[in-house]
Amino acid sequence: MFYFRTMTRTLSAPVTVAFDYTRSTGPVLGRFLTGLRDGQVVGGRTSDGSVVVPPPEFDPVTHDPVTEFVDVAPTGTVTSWTWVPEPVAGQPFDRPFAWALVRLDGADAPFLHALDVSSPDQVSTGMRVQVRWAEERIGAITDIACFEPEDGGDGGFETVASATSSTTDTEVEVRGAPATSPDTTVPVTGVVTPVSLDYLYAASPEESAFYRGLNEGRIVGQRCPTCQKVYVPPRSACPADGTPTAEEVEVSQTGTITTFCIVNVPFLGQKIVPPYVSAYVLLDGADIAVLHLILGVDAAEVRMGMRVRAVWKPREEWTYSLENIDHFEPTGDPDADFDTYRHHL
Amino acid sequence: MRDVAVVGFAQRQMPEFDGSPTCVELLVPLFAECYEQTGWSRGDIGFWCSGSSDYLAGRSFSFVSAVDAIGVIPPVNESHVEMDLAWAMYEAWLKIQTGEVDTALVYAFGKASAGVLRRTLALQLDPYTMTPLWPDTVSLAGLQARAGIDAGAWDERAMAEVANRSLTDAEKNEYAIRKGGSSVEELLARPMYADPLRKHDCSPVTDGAAAIVLAAGDRAREVRDRPAWIEGLTHSIDPMSMGTRDLTRAPSAARAATAVDLVGVEVAELHAPFSHQELILRRELGLAGDVRINPSGGALTGNPMFSGGGIRIGEAASRIWSGEVSKAVGHATSGPALQQNLLCVLGATTEGARN
Repeated sequence: MFYFRTMTRTLSAPVTVAFDYTRSTGPVLGRFLTGLRDGQVVGGRTSDGSVVVPPPEFDPVTHDPVTEFVDVAPTGTVTSWTWVPEPVAGQPFDRPFAWALVRLDGADAPFLHALDVSSPDQVSTGMRVQVRWAEERIGAITDIACFEPEDGGDGGFETVASATSSTTDTEVEVRGAPATSPDTTVPVTGVVTPVSLDYLYAASPEESAFYRGLNEGRIVGQRCPTCQKVYVPPRSACPADGTPTAEEVEVSQTGTITTFCIVNVPFLGQKIVPPYVSAYVLLDGADIAVLHLILGVDAAEVRMGMRVRAVWKPREEWTYSLENIDHFEPTGDPDADFDTYRHHL
Repeated sequence: MRDVAVVGFAQRQMPEFDGSPTCVELLVPLFAECYEQTGWSRGDIGFWCSGSSDYLAGRSFSFVSAVDAIGVIPPVNESHVEMDLAWAMYEAWLKIQTGEVDTALVYAFGKASAGVLRRTLALQLDPYTMTPLWPDTVSLAGLQARAGIDAGAWDERAMAEVANRSLTDAEKNEYAIRKGGSSVEELLARPMYADPLRKHDCSPVTDGAAAIVLAAGDRAREVRDRPAWIEGLTHSIDPMSMGTRDLTRAPSAARAATAVDLVGVEVAELHAPFSHQELILRRELGLAGDVRINPSGGALTGNPMFSGGGIRIGEAASRIWSGEVSKAVGHATSGPALQQNLLCVLGATTEGARN
């Protein structure tokens, strides 16, 4: 649903686009992620003899598959770092933290992950760090919760551990040995990566006029000054000739069904119980049809050329949405001649 | 090889575009400018290619919606890359080289402000070992900047010098969204943002669009007295991993430089979204000390996602057209920490072209 932002000429609305990407790992990344699940960081040996973490699937020089794996230590040295003053969603911490490139002991190439320190003063190139394992490990890069200072400094683990006798201390539990005992008999072969992105979606000025019209019970299109075609919903430019549409046109709330389909198949997110009819309705005065729901008639009676009118929801439910029109229903008038809509199919 | 020139260029840059991410509204006037510069109409364009990303728009098939700005009756010869304008231009240049067409209009657009750009760009990283951590663009650049500082390859002062020169030059660029130089000392006195980066070390989040017109041989000569002839066009790529390359270098930029002739270049428009990246590129391209770098102000003063690289080529071409210089190079980058690099060498004559 769109809303007004003050001082803007267009309507906008928050939109979240989310998808869980499911990927197979292949033998190299599968080996690496299996290792993480089991509490072991695994590198790959490349053609120059280097041990690289994470192991590359193919050698960067020879392009041969990487086949030799080397266990490396969960401890290492920071080779570069940067401070994150304003974390973004999904990062290992929702408070300021550091990213670090860490050369693990036994590896030659550094590895990127978060480093849990509370200020940039607590991190430096060359500092010693160790893996902090996630409490639950599933075979994903996030099985490493982050790096943490190896000892000494702020949050230093051994100091904390020796200063407390409590065995319930989380930091003690996650030190070194896995806190959980995952099934280590089955190798990791796939990962699911949820991706969710938040946007502020703005409508174009023409679309904004369309939605504002709907909020007032009107259906507003735009006319192309070159070919005179009227687009509903409106477009910023005529897709036929590229001319910006300039003239706002209110079209009729009565129109003709140009084509339709009877929906018999249930699907996720379906709002209406099948069977029902989705149809393209060419409103009188428009040159492009809108897709909408047809009710008030048996599905078997719906036909091309049938004349229909918009049925609006109660006024108090109106908003900036095409859903203000609940559905279209037959007017009872004689069907339109095919020639009146043959160019709009 | 056919002689191909850049003969048209138009751009828009803004901090926040108050309109649809399909950017049709931005593209229509850009195309109109290109038609005016060339004296052509839609029918004169043999090939169209655009650069954009649905991840930036937050909706699917946004590039299809953008085609409205062209008008496609009768149908047009059209393609798309999920890359910067410079790579769309590369595809069009290849298309012209095949002999199938003589002219092309390439364009790119992006409303980076619709989402959180530095986060969205985590989707261009390795999906197994990087994206699930959401490493943001600024942080990856910060790791690279630190690596160079620690190695003695550059220092904060050198980075501030790049920023100050860019902000000063941007005062003459009507399209730049960040401008106004002060002094290196003043910039260094500003607070750290993503240590070791200050905000002026990072290009601003920029919405915008740009278009470039290419033409072969006589079609180019009919448009301009001094077409910007493409003497060399090449691109190269490094592994994505942040751990397997020396972050203080850009091997793909160096490799691209060996494929073109940079001798005699007077102006270099370098697509360096972070100040230290200009220092890397100058070294990898082996640019002489008297080469003028980024007279437009460069990406630090405006970097519209998907057109920020191509704009560098357009800016370089403009200086050939005006007679200001006879040889220039436009550079574009893509991916994290200068992973991909494209070079387009432009000259006032066709003599330098590697035919």
